[in-house]
Amino acid sequence: MNSPIQLQPDETFILNVGPQHPATHGVLRVKMEMSGEYIVSAETVIGYIHRMHEKMGEIKTYPQFLMNLSRMDYLGALGYSHGHVLLVEKACAIEVPERAEYLRVVMVELNRIASHLFWFGAFVMDLGGFTPLMYALQDREHILDMLEAVTGSRLTYCYFRFGGLYNDVDDQFITAARTFIPRMRKSLKKYRRLVTDNVIFRKRLTGIAPLSPEMCRKYGASSAVARGSGINFDVRRNEPYSVYPEFDFDVPVFHAGDSLARYMVRMEEIEQSLRIVEQALDKLPDGPVMAAKKPKLIKAPPGDYYQAVETARGSFGIRLVSDGGKTPYRLKLRSPTYSNMHLFDEACQGMLIMDALAFMGSLDLVIPEIDR
Amino acid sequence: MIAYFSDIYHGLISLLVGMGITFREFIKPPVTVAYPYETLTMCARYRGHIELLADDEGNPNCVVCGLCERACPSECISITSVKPEGSKKKVLTGYTLDFTRCSLCGSCVESCNFSAIAFSREYNLASSRKEDFHIDLFKRLEEKKR
Ligand code: SF4
Ligand code: SF4
Repeated sequence: MNSPIQLQPDETFILNVGPQHPATHGVLRVKMEMSGEYIVSAETVIGYIHRMHEKMGEIKTYPQFLMNLSRMDYLGALGYSHGHVLLVEKACAIEVPERAEYLRVVMVELNRIASHLFWFGAFVMDLGGFTPLMYALQDREHILDMLEAVTGSRLTYCYFRFGGLYNDVDDQFITAARTFIPRMRKSLKKYRRLVTDNVIFRKRLTGIAPLSPEMCRKYGASSAVARGSGINFDVRRNEPYSVYPEFDFDVPVFHAGDSLARYMVRMEEIEQSLRIVEQALDKLPDGPVMAAKKPKLIKAPPGDYYQAVETARGSFGIRLVSDGGKTPYRLKLRSPTYSNMHLFDEACQGMLIMDALAFMGSLDLVIPEIDR
Repeated sequence: MIAYFSDIYHGLISLLVGMGITFREFIKPPVTVAYPYETLTMCARYRGHIELLADDEGNPNCVVCGLCERACPSECISITSVKPEGSKKKVLTGYTLDFTRCSLCGSCVESCNFSAIAFSREYNLASSRKEDFHIDLFKRLEEKKR
């Protein structure tokens, strides 16, 4: 029989989590130096799913690169495409019809809800509760069905085009979106009773991994990670783009900085996204969904352009340096989860491993988006 | 001490609330279908792999302009054609799609000015051989014609 290994009192060991571990939700590897159940230090190792999106951006023409953006973050793909099309439209001075811009916002917000729902289910599953995932997926399914009927795909959409949209939506989509809103509100109440108000759940998260606003700033964190720590910043409101200034919505901010605060921010954000969708559907103008005047061959004039958007995972920035050619000279993608994740190494020191995994869940990591 | 018991009390309450919700969901009709015994119809805009379209006589609409080939970001499409003697137009002899690289972006469908290609609604595509996804669309069309 094997005898258990005897550790010296101050001896540490290395625990390797991932790259194929369900808790990391993807191919992320974390090397943890452990003292018993406590983490002494941790090091996140990335790059397992690196696909050279930035390099591809340099060798592909502008329209050819469109579909790459939805391969970065598979849960909230449309937000990334939105940033890209806005950037190229800004660079080439393409006028987008109003209807197209409104529909883009509707789509992006629905996608954000779908992404948050999936995160919600997966996060609660990380903590050991399985059923909420099923409820969340059921609600998410309605969104995916709606988006599929319009875009033709369920996850990696390639729907936005420079100057507008691939095709217009039909009445069926509008009706489906309208019936979805009250349905989702009802579900939110259910989640509140089932998960948010659950004493075990709250005790498991309150006070876990408190992040200070300074730390969030140091690492450039955004999304619920920053807003859970009291940083009142949302690109949609602070650096308005698209038609967001037309809508009345709040930016939920919590000050505790712990895992529960991050959870609360995202749950609130679902409600705010519903509000935006509701208003956008009310105001939806008629008209074309594709710009009438659009250069045949998209070529950005020489210059340096930047566009930031608020995606489901935080502020996504995309920078284009053009020398006037058919392809960009340089395309830099600033992915929000990359910054959010780097908090982990510092913040998890001294934490119990179970708490650290709960903390990691609250960061909402999507690995292909980190590695891009 | 009081906090201890009140915790237990509130824990029990939230447990009961949760179980109540689960029970209510339990008696609701199922929302899933038992694939593969039941299947869903794909929506009209569903993007399966692309397919060649034919005119009324069953000949491909494609005029071999090569626009789709050039629009594709991943070089999935390869077209072969012949130019019959005395004719100005090229005639399509082969149209292969490398579906292993296709991202269903729609650039090819968009670029075609002759309504010669469209998305199919094919989704049962599992295979363990890579070659099965090098789809000869021309042959598929010929087979459909017969
Ligand atoms: S859908 Fe896109 S990737 Fe696929 S063959 Fe057409 S152009 Fe190429
Ligand atoms: S763009 Fe259309 S007509 Fe031209 S080669 Fe492709 S399928 Fe044929």
